[in-house]
Amino acid sequence: MKFIDEYRQGGLARRLAEQIARLTDRPLKLMEVCGGHTHTIFKYGIEDLLPPNIEMIHGPGCPVCVIPIGRTDDAISLARRPGMIFTTFGDAMRVPASKTSLLDAKAAGADVRMVYSPLDALKLAKKNPAQQVVFFALGFETTSPSTALTILQAAKEGVENFSVFCNHIMIVPALKALLDSPDLKLDGFVGPGHVSTVIGTRCYEFVSRDYGRPLVVSGFEPLDVLQSVYQIAKQVVEGRAEVENQYARMVSRDGNRRALEALSEVFEPRDYFEWRGLGSIAHSGIRLRKKYAAFDAELKFGVPGLRVADPKACQCGEILKGVKKPWECKVFGTACTPETPIGSCMVSSEGACAAYYNFGRLSKVAERAAAQSGAPRS
Amino acid sequence: MTTAFTASPLFERVERSRRRKPRVRDEFITLAHGGGGKAMHELIEGLFLDYFNNPLLAPLEDQAVFDLAGDGRPSRLAFTTDSYVITPLFFPGGDIGRLAVSGTVNDLAMSGARPLYLSAGFIIEEGFPVADLRRILESMRAAAVEAGVQIVTGDTKVVQRGCADKLFINTAGIGIIEHDARISAANARIGDKIILSGMMGDHGATILLARGELGLETEIQSDAAPLWSLVQAMLGVTTEIHALRDPTRGGVAATLNEIARSSEVCLQLDEQALPVREEVKGACEILGLDPLYIANEGLLVAVVGAEVAEELVARMREHPLGRAARIIGAARAEPPGIVVLNTTFGGTRIVDLLVGEQLPRIC
Repeated sequence: MKFIDEYRQGGLARRLAEQIARLTDRPLKLMEVCGGHTHTIFKYGIEDLLPPNIEMIHGPGCPVCVIPIGRTDDAISLARRPGMIFTTFGDAMRVPASKTSLLDAKAAGADVRMVYSPLDALKLAKKNPAQQVVFFALGFETTSPSTALTILQAAKEGVENFSVFCNHIMIVPALKALLDSPDLKLDGFVGPGHVSTVIGTRCYEFVSRDYGRPLVVSGFEPLDVLQSVYQIAKQVVEGRAEVENQYARMVSRDGNRRALEALSEVFEPRDYFEWRGLGSIAHSGIRLRKKYAAFDAELKFGVPGLRVADPKACQCGEILKGVKKPWECKVFGTACTPETPIGSCMVSSEGACAAYYNFGRLSKVAERAAAQSGAPRS
Repeated sequence: MTTAFTASPLFERVERSRRRKPRVRDEFITLAHGGGGKAMHELIEGLFLDYFNNPLLAPLEDQAVFDLAGDGRPSRLAFTTDSYVITPLFFPGGDIGRLAVSGTVNDLAMSGARPLYLSAGFIIEEGFPVADLRRILESMRAAAVEAGVQIVTGDTKVVQRGCADKLFINTAGIGIIEHDARISAANARIGDKIILSGMMGDHGATILLARGELGLETEIQSDAAPLWSLVQAMLGVTTEIHALRDPTRGGVAATLNEIARSSEVCLQLDEQALPVREEVKGACEILGLDPLYIANEGLLVAVVGAEVAEELVARMREHPLGRAARIIGAARAEPPGIVVLNTTFGGTRIVDLLVGEQLPRIC
């Protein structure tokens, strides 16, 4: 496909991988912050290409993975209200809450519908004026501008039966919390791509300035990711720590002004927001401003709002911080599998655990085969 | 770094827990149980098989093959059934009627059976337009002629408004196996080649877009078609066809997983060889879906002896339903039960069964 295949060329990838290997044999731990990058890394088998000294840590940028149990419980309680049409992005359907998931709630009678955009939810509200329609708003600055614009539209059209259960979060406070975490050992970051189309690259400058770590904002195609790894490794070798923009075809230093305006018109930061596995992070979540309170499902309906601790056995937090590897979690692959996820990292295909669950099985076999044939492991 | 993981005894535990007999833990049936992924396997193997287990059902093929005379030949029959519930009822390239005939014909054909007779059961919601019913019946008639089958028995129920979604159709079919090929999902052998008869994902992508929720417009059409004549042509070349399936729900990925598991071989795919139309690729890119998991209704996967693969492909390409046939991979020994994809990018990944339906990703 035009404009896509160009970024997926295997030959170029191998050459790039060789160049990375030639740069340094120092062990480097690099975190890709965004779930989309994790997806690319596993989908294209990028770790197979990287030299063994470069280790990718899969960060907290999968919005479905970091939504806390209590908030998902709240979503389910909203969905169960009589006369409610509860709308959600597809991959939030299976996220395990305390007892059930939205998919289970739907099976038990709740009217849960999958939408591709908040505007679809607004359309549903206009079509069903006798019912309440709530949109389960999830995600970083990738998805929050479309929620903001939808609310503005609903306000303009005076749609009274539409509201938003807002769980939008911001990437920069999360990044800062990660960097402040004492047990973190990272040499650099593959920075978010889609998020940065909205927020720009300027807001990451503290990463290099205050924490001395390189960050390269990266596109989502496999060659993008490899090139970003190359740029980070190069910075490390040259003793630099800068914010670089590999995704310049989409991302500018200042971001998308109109999207940012819509965001600040509709939303304000919350004092704290809880992240699954990472705990409470200051100013990391946003909520609707008073002016738009009529569209705030939390105020309109009231939700139980109970904080639910992550399951004890679950170590999603350490995994999201890159402190632990998925397979070092006690329940990985046995009690916690993609079929019966305990932790959120196992739910989404972007979750680090779900990705490793399959990847590890493959590597094991490769090793066994290599050992049998006496060939060195590639 | 993977060494640390794979060297631990944990990995063996993971494999053990994967091989456990599936159980249904859920309190309610969810849509995931019908999605063609792991949840559906759990439902079938952990519930239905518990109650109905018998030697004909247990292999979980798309059809039961049994011997009327009891001497193995020449009168083996294949028997199958399938229900059709699709929204919208009419879509580019077909409708529920064409689907109801070709789906069941295909389940028969995938055992190498020549389809003979079908039954058709209709569950109709009160208020359903007769004109629509006519259109659907006409399309069933045409598909039956195309497939060389007769619809010889049927049933009709009309239910109250709201008790069914417009129209559900069930068809059952009987076919006769007139050759020696022993075709089964359990018969793929190491060294075999994997052939795909055409483009992946046309049907599923068409349906998704025909629902009109996405506001995307394309020229893609469903591939719904009865495949018996193609299978017949293939059997004319060789009986070294070991496994044959039509990758419907769960797509090529689910079908290959079933074959890999039943045959205890590894099926290795070459991503570069996987044929996907540009429009389908584009829709998948936008929605975050993978064409490997999208349903097809006029496509077949064959695992065949390596020595006959090229000749088979050449013959298939002469047939209107096999013009884009090609070899997409091969069966090897390790790791058994797993489907592996060599990516165009030079990496590898496991193509696992999904848990339920493929859900669009948000980022």
